[in-house]
Amino acid sequence: MSSRATIDVSDLPDFAFGSRSIMWWATVWTIAIEGAVFAATIATYFYLQGNEKSWPPADTPLPGLFWPTVNVLVLLLSLLPNQIVKNAAERCDLRTVRIGMVVADLFAVAFVVVRVFEFHHLNVRWDSNAYGSITWTLLGFHTFHLVTDLADSIVLTVLMFSRHGHAPKRFVDVAENSFYWYFVVISWIPIYAVLYWSPRVL
Amino acid sequence: MTGTDVMPYSSTDDAAQHEVLQKTWAPRRGLFSWFFQIDHHSIGRRFLFTAFVWFGCGGILAALMRVQLAKPNNTFLSADRYNQIFTLHGITMMFLFGVPVMEALAVYVIPLMLGTRALAFPRANAYAYYLFLFAGLMVYGALFLDMAPDTGWFSYVPLASPAFAPGKRVDIWAELVNFTEISALIVAVEIVVTILKQRAPGMSIHRMPLYVWSMLVTALMIIFAMPSVMVASNFIGLDRLVGTHIFNPAEGGDVLLWQHLFWFFGHPEVYIIFIPGLGIVSSIVTVFCRRPVFGYTAMVLSLVATAFMGFGLWVHHMFATGLPQSGESFFTAASMMIAIPSGVQIFCWIATIWLGRPSYRPPFMFVLGFFAVFVIGGLSGVMVASVPLDIQLHDTFFVVAHLHYVLIGGAVFPLLGGIFYWFPKMTGRLMHEGLGHASFWLVFIGFNVTFFPMHKLGLSGMPRRVYTYLPETGWGALNLLATIGAGVLGLGMLLFFGNALWNMWRGRAAGADPWGGDTLEWATSSPPPHYNFLRLPVVSGREPLWHEPERAPVVAGLAADKREVLITHVFDAAPDHRYVYPSPSPWPFVAALATAAMLVGGLFTPWSFAIGLTVLAIFLTAWFWPSSPAKEGEESADSPKSGEAS
Amino acid sequence: MLMNVLTYAALVHESVLDPAGTHARTIAGLWSVFLWVTAAIYVLVMVALVIALMRRGKHDAAETPRGTYAAVWVAGAASVMVLFALLTASILTGRAVAEERSEPLRITLTGRQWWWQIDYEDADPSRRITSANEITVPVGVPVTIHLHSSDVIHSFWVPSLNGKRDLIPGHDGTITILAERAGLFRGQCAEFCGVQHAKMALWVNAVEPAIYARWVEGSRKTARTPSTPSEIAGLQVFLRSPCPLCHTIQGTDASGSTAPDLTHLASRRSLGADSLPNTRAALTGWIRDAQQAKPGCQMPAIDLRSEELNALVDYLGSLQ
Ligand code: HEA
Ligand code: HEA
Ligand code: HEC
Ligand code: CUA
Ligand SMILES: [Cu+2]
Repeated sequence: MSSRATIDVSDLPDFAFGSRSIMWWATVWTIAIEGAVFAATIATYFYLQGNEKSWPPADTPLPGLFWPTVNVLVLLLSLLPNQIVKNAAERCDLRTVRIGMVVADLFAVAFVVVRVFEFHHLNVRWDSNAYGSITWTLLGFHTFHLVTDLADSIVLTVLMFSRHGHAPKRFVDVAENSFYWYFVVISWIPIYAVLYWSPRVL
Repeated sequence: MTGTDVMPYSSTDDAAQHEVLQKTWAPRRGLFSWFFQIDHHSIGRRFLFTAFVWFGCGGILAALMRVQLAKPNNTFLSADRYNQIFTLHGITMMFLFGVPVMEALAVYVIPLMLGTRALAFPRANAYAYYLFLFAGLMVYGALFLDMAPDTGWFSYVPLASPAFAPGKRVDIWAELVNFTEISALIVAVEIVVTILKQRAPGMSIHRMPLYVWSMLVTALMIIFAMPSVMVASNFIGLDRLVGTHIFNPAEGGDVLLWQHLFWFFGHPEVYIIFIPGLGIVSSIVTVFCRRPVFGYTAMVLSLVATAFMGFGLWVHHMFATGLPQSGESFFTAASMMIAIPSGVQIFCWIATIWLGRPSYRPPFMFVLGFFAVFVIGGLSGVMVASVPLDIQLHDTFFVVAHLHYVLIGGAVFPLLGGIFYWFPKMTGRLMHEGLGHASFWLVFIGFNVTFFPMHKLGLSGMPRRVYTYLPETGWGALNLLATIGAGVLGLGMLLFFGNALWNMWRGRAAGADPWGGDTLEWATSSPPPHYNFLRLPVVSGREPLWHEPERAPVVAGLAADKREVLITHVFDAAPDHRYVYPSPSPWPFVAALATAAMLVGGLFTPWSFAIGLTVLAIFLTAWFWPSSPAKEGEESADSPKSGEAS
Repeated sequence: MLMNVLTYAALVHESVLDPAGTHARTIAGLWSVFLWVTAAIYVLVMVALVIALMRRGKHDAAETPRGTYAAVWVAGAASVMVLFALLTASILTGRAVAEERSEPLRITLTGRQWWWQIDYEDADPSRRITSANEITVPVGVPVTIHLHSSDVIHSFWVPSLNGKRDLIPGHDGTITILAERAGLFRGQCAEFCGVQHAKMALWVNAVEPAIYARWVEGSRKTARTPSTPSEIAGLQVFLRSPCPLCHTIQGTDASGSTAPDLTHLASRRSLGADSLPNTRAALTGWIRDAQQAKPGCQMPAIDLRSEELNALVDYLGSLQ
């Protein structure tokens, strides 16, 4: 028979949002990893640029500016449904979450579609020269990260329409997914600037 | 935070609690259950065992190299074989042993030391383990097919470019990097999140054991360093597979770019292997001197400083490329200054020994070996940090000596000590102390006989990575000595691991706390139950077990019928919420298999990635799809709070 | 030639600790400083450790005497000071060895898988000298070597003369050597460059200026015309065989450019970047099958009848 002081945790909540949740922290470190990938790729871009007298190299036209700019707008607009979803998730408001996620996913799909045009207007092949290689690669990495997040979001959307959608845990997942979308948007801006503006202004 | 009250309970309560927890946390049984396990004990043990198997393979390769180099003009290995072997030795030790073994130990020990029930993201942990396993299988399979990478562990371009390295060897190198780095990154995230969010109530950030600190720092370094090498390996893969020109100087690419990308990772990498070793040393010094480590704050700051500075040294691997002098001076200065945090830690441990009462048991012997060996390696590091000295010593056996002194001295000696120390916790049995001492002395003597002469060989002009040399060079005698030393070293290693394997079944029963440890892992039985702690401990000091642990408060109110874990605040570790962890699942294994197939297929066609990712998406969906609401604690948000432990 | 082999050990220098060039000597001085300072640090640390282990009358776990803090602080501060001293010594030495020298003599060294091409540049093409694996330099004169690679990275390193410098495709560099005394200085490629990285050595032959002048004179000449019947036959064999596809012999029709220039082959010490001594037997074996001595090297085995081979070796052996 022993008796011991105890800390009773039974009335603590069984889920939490934001920096209290482990999902948030996992997302943060995933963002750090992907951010490091983009940073290393952008560093490569400028390193290679430093080797050339002109950039893009002679005889290579500039990349088209129209489609990527459309994509900047698409992403900026997507922040709205994204924020609505995040707020709704934190209120555990399933209806709004469901509608908002569908809308947000549509934005992401639009982005991917525009991305195809973007590739078509890079005006260089990946195997023409190092400039073409790094341009394609940087845009490719970003597309990869976007498409995986899109797939992830679609699965989560479907999940929210299923009977599992009620679980509080799911709302945490949704909130973290929206949080991650901010990174998607914020990382696109510098990549956009590097790929489309730095050859024009630097 | 909830209040503290005194609650009586009897041993029948304990038994009932055990019953329920056991049922909740027990791994699956049955024929295929091996593929379902996700608990940090099974995965941690497997991870460790596999890493040591690769270590044994890397050691065998080392022995082959030593035989070949034992005399001039030897023909034991052909040039081509030798090049595959030294490359595979390097990548095995760095990618398949150094980083994973340290993470593996942490996977096992950290949750126990933190007083929690599980490692965060256990399914991801299983996935990471299988990827790691497949990585080794792939690259050793390649060795038997005469397809192993042969361009050195840092695989410089253009030697690794399509023009000079036809065939699949370098692609295998690139895939191996992808495999192991994905695995290492996943585990790193789990470790960071576990350390930040699952510490026992009361274990505020300034009460964390130094080993936990070292793993936190290591995992963060992994997160920021490994992406760089993944980027590099994907660039080289693209250059080889789809014809990009990132490293092709003829088309505007650059070969030095590779070296920057690689070493921006490669230098932190060596500290990633070394810093956990420092944590182990702190644990062992504390327990075997029966005294908390002197200068806790200084120790923590030193770890953090080493990590930060570690990102600013990479160019010291590139001094012979002839970078601008001002830049080189900066990197010399930075490389030398990193001796300060290492030195501070050495001084603090010596002070601890000074103040404490050392007992010379095998773990402590390995720590003493660490002092004697690592300091030599650190000092030779300071030598090669000097540009004028390095342009003489770079790429010679002097560097081979340096790297083994620091890696084996700074990481393997502490690791062996750590294995001896935590072995009873993992297996419930003790390793044999006499054999432990014998293996220590064999390893210590063999090590020095092997690697000390290499300093002289380097100074006498012997470059590294040569499969043979002429008799006239006069390098024969010292090489023979090194080979003899390697034999002794190998015997010592065999004795050590023989001792471990034998005593896994035959060893003396250890009891919960054979060494009088200070940290929480010693508060539970050996080996620990699947749920780790019957009642989660609450701590109020840095050495919880040294301050009347019987009287320390415990946590109540965590559900026992669900895999519920207590999540605490980042800094003060106050209880924050309860969180239900996933149950065993075969999907991590299946997904890892698909990932491996995709990566290996990528050796042949880029389409492999398109198909592989689609398949993987399906498997991952299955993985994350909740099985049934009740099991996973998925009551709807508006239903009443889940029940408590009975 | 046999003499060369026998006196090898006495003649050859290949060690950081056996400097014969100004740069290497300066660096060797720095080495001594580092060696003694770090050795002292090691001894101090180990002595402190041993005393800590042996000390009797330990304190209670609770108390920490103030002297301990002081000792750790002093050790830390002393380390900082020592490191600054070492850093200063290193940077000063670095400046000294990096000092640009005038360059009366310009040599281009091209790294090839797995041998070294050596070109003595001159504005007048007929005065250029091309050789392989052996650099002859005058004693006491700074020689700037321009480093170039068109395949993979190699590294030029002759330990007795100077530190190493990589030959990097796309990044040409230079290194200066100054031999203080006559001698044969061996060096080995120091960056892993593929299968035969191990057998990619070279020689620096430092000679008195007068001898050097004579050597230059002789080396600018085209190849000696064969005189004996066997030598004449040998040249014919050479030209008939695939050899000229890769090799040049100046003064003949052979002008291949992917392999060592053989114009003065017989005056060199070794074959195949110091894979073999330059003896008749070794040369015969090399031509019959270079893959034997240097597996993986870029010279194929050549199928010749033994009298042809004999004549060929007679001829090549005459190319002083
Ligand atoms: C565990 C891994 C580990 C560790 C900890 C270190 C530690 C250090 N290393 Fe090492 N290093 C490697 C692993 C490691 N290294 C590897 C694997 C390579 C080769 C890679 C390859 O090419 O394959 C390498 C190569 C390498 C190079 C490149 C050499 C070359 O290729 O030419 C350099 C150059 O600066 C260097 C420097 C240092 C320095 C300054 C330290 C310092 O951190 C050491 C600091 C420690 C001490 C100095 C001892 C304790 C201090 C005191 C007792 C205080 C008093 C001391 C003084 C006042 C001096 N290392
Ligand atoms: C942690 C890192 C590590 C470790 C431990 C070792 C261990 C050893 N290394 Fe290695 N080494 C490297 C990292 C390491 N090395 C690296 C990074 C390189 C550079 C590669 C490159 O240039 O690309 C290198 C290069 C290198 C060379 C230079 C090759 C060359 O340049 O030509 C040599 C030569 O002697 C060598 C020798 C040895 C020896 C004799 C050991 C011995 O210590 C080995 C002793 C170990 C054993 C004998 C294994 C015994 C264990 C078992 C039997 C376990 C069984 C387990 C179970 C059953 C669970 N190593
Ligand atoms: C396909 C190209 C090729 C052909 C054909 C070829 N060689 Fe070579 N040879 C080389 C290369 C490349 C080397 C340098 C090998 C090395 O050291 O790695 C070499 C080296 C030599 C050397 C040593 C030179 C030195 O200074 O070390 C001799 C002698 C030689 N070849 C003679 C011959 C003769 C004679 C023939 C014809 C019977 C011949 N070679 C045909 C490519 C060729
Ligand atoms: Cu050329 Cu190594
Ligand atoms: Cu380094």
